[in-house]
Parts: sequence; structure tokens; C-alpha cells
Amino acid sequence: MAELDTSGGGHKKGPGVKKGKKLSTRVDLTPMVDLGFLLITFFIFTTTMSQPTAFKLFLPDDKVIPEDQNKAKESGVLTIMMGADNHIYYYEGQLKPDGSNFLSASYNGENSIREIILKKKADVRSRSRDAENPEKDFVVVIKPSANCNYQNVVDILDEMAINVVKKYALVDISEGEAQLVSVSDKSSQSPTSN
Amino acid sequence: MGRAKLPRKSTFIDMTAMCDIAFLLLSFFILTTKFKPAEAIAVTTPSSVASKIAPGKDFVLITIDKDGKVFLTIDDEQKREVVANTLNTTRNLGINVPAFKKAGFIGASFSGLNSFLAIAEENRKGDQLPGIPCKDSTNNELITWMQVVKEAHAGAKMDLLLKGDNVSKYPSFKNVIVAFKKNDLLKFQMVTNPENAPVGSELYKKSMAGDGEDN
Repeated sequence: MAELDTSGGGHKKGPGVKKGKKLSTRVDLTPMVDLGFLLITFFIFTTTMSQPTAFKLFLPDDKVIPEDQNKAKESGVLTIMMGADNHIYYYEGQLKPDGSNFLSASYNGENSIREIILKKKADVRSRSRDAENPEKDFVVVIKPSANCNYQNVVDILDEMAINVVKKYALVDISEGEAQLVSVSDKSSQSPTSN
Repeated sequence: MGRAKLPRKSTFIDMTAMCDIAFLLLSFFILTTKFKPAEAIAVTTPSSVASKIAPGKDFVLITIDKDGKVFLTIDDEQKREVVANTLNTTRNLGINVPAFKKAGFIGASFSGLNSFLAIAEENRKGDQLPGIPCKDSTNNELITWMQVVKEAHAGAKMDLLLKGDNVSKYPSFKNVIVAFKKNDLLKFQMVTNPENAPVGSELYKKSMAGDGEDN
């Protein structure tokens, strides 16, 4: 209550004088204020700020003549391929004809693609002789297969942002790789190396 | 001889003003809250660590729904009119320009555009519409759309947005990219839900170090 009883006894009139109790017309608004602020807090806490964000993607220009295009050093390239059912595969450098360096990873948890990217990045950095820009040769090539979904693509692009990969490219998958991915998709229920 | 009598002050605090404020704030918050409009095209976007808020006006939005159907939204009404007029003159489609101007999104082939516009706005639901055909390179109408849209936005700022559903397949995304590339639209933004950078990752360290770089 916002009111304390400050009337010191009720002895203004003499004893025996009966007095009709004066009722105050003042309404105590404290509970109403309580309720108001309770509702405000409730609405503020239950409101979700659902502002969508957007991230930029720059596409390479196809019309550039091949001589002008950036050549990537084989040792610094990590190729990531996405298959169906959230399967993910990668190889370093060039794919060997026998496919022995075609490995599988996962989006998170054990053997995650993040670890692989970071490992490769550290590897490139340790071998680099360019002191100023040690990650110059590090390029991630992203090859989504026809069976992967949009979320997979965004996740991988996001992974580039998370791991601060400066150079990456979204490239069409080649016939051979697509086959390798689909075969691996079918054979592996639990994605392990094959 | 008595002590100076201090007047008894009432401790009653007038709550009216506070009550007014409380309810004023309450009504303010309730009235300014925008309810999420029921979206004609249901899309669940993936999340990313991007921190930039998606532009809210003068955008051109391509939506890919869960079946890989493609829809086009042009935010600016004037631009919509320009697009409709251009299409009418170049392709002789006979589009109902006022209806096109009012349409929130486009989701039909050129041949089916008039019957699409004949449907009442509130009955246009993404799952019942065919979407803009761009399944293959021979019949990628989105290329034409993007070309016209680009012309309409010539000289003005144009934010190209792409909003895809989590489960839509990559080929439909790729077809959209092909349409962008064909028109030299090499910069676009992908609409995502915000997400925090994982603790311990390089981006996290970077943002902790106060290097606020947009990605």
C-alpha cells in the first residue's frame, strides 16, 4: 500500500461523539500500476525480434577469359562437396584417380567440416613463405551436388564466414565427383570415411 | 509552551501518474508491435552468423520455396509498373498493369501471368501456384525477368535478395544464380535468420576483439 496510517488516534471530537466514517474517494492505484508494468514486461519478454539478416555473396564472372582468372595452388585447395541427407565430403588438392583422398566429414560434432577447414588453414599457413599474407594460397572450393539442399549451401558459406576464409568459390560439381558423392551417399548410413 | 508542531505529511503517493505511464507504455508497445504478416509463400530460412539486417525497402526478392518453386517480389511499386509496361511492349503479354502493380509477388510463367493476376490477392498461396519457370536453361524465364527488373532499376539502388527454404534442393538455387549471372548481377544477399558466431571460432574472436566487419 502506498499509504500509511498517519492519523494519530481519532480523538478530535470529544468522547461519546459518534462520527460517521468519512470514506475517501481516492482509489489506490498501486495494483493497477503493478498490473500495467507486469503486462509491459510480459509483452517485452515475449516479443521476439525477428529481423532477418542477410549475407552477401559475390559471384564470379563467367565471361572472364581463363587467362585472367585466378589460379589456385593445388596444395592450398580444399574442395568440399555436399551430398544428400546432410552428407559432406572433401578432398585436399586434386582428387586422386583412385579416390583415396575423398573423405567424408559432418556438419557438426565429430570430424566436423570446421575442424577440417581450420586444419587445412593452419597447414597452408605453416607452409607459406609469404610472411605478410600467409593464407594467400588457401582456397576453399564448394561443390554442391544436385541432391543437397539450400540449407547445406548456406551452412557451408556460413562456415566460410565463421572460419574467416578469405577465398572461396561456389563451383559446379563435375560428373565424376557427382557420381562419387551419390555412391557414397548410398553406401554410408553413418558418414564415415570410405 | 509546546514544541513546534510539524505538520503531518501524508505518505500517500499518488499512483495515478504512474498508472498513466504504465498503460501509456503498454498501449504504445501493443500498437507498435507488428504482427508477422501471414506469408503467402511459406519459407523457413536457414540461419547464418551474418549480422547485417536485410534491407527493408527497394529490394528485389527471389523466393525459393520448399518445392524449389521460384517467386519474384519487387518492392517498389513504380518499378513494378515499369516492369509491367516493358514486358507488355517487348513481349506483348497484355499484362493488366494496375493488377500487376498491386501484386505482392509474381509466381507464374509469362503465359500464365494474366490468369495469375486474375486470382484475388488473398487467394494467391505459394503452394498452389506454379512459380516462375526456371527449371532448365532452355526455359529459364527468370533470366528475362531479371533483365527487365535490372533495366527498371537502372541508375537506382537495387538490393537483390535471395530467400530460400531450408529443404529446397540445390539445383533450383543454381538456376536462380544462373539467371543472376546471365544479367551480370553478381552481387546479391541471402536472407537468413540471425545466429551467434560459435564460441571459440575465429569470427567469434574477431568480433570479441572489436573488429566489427560485415560479412
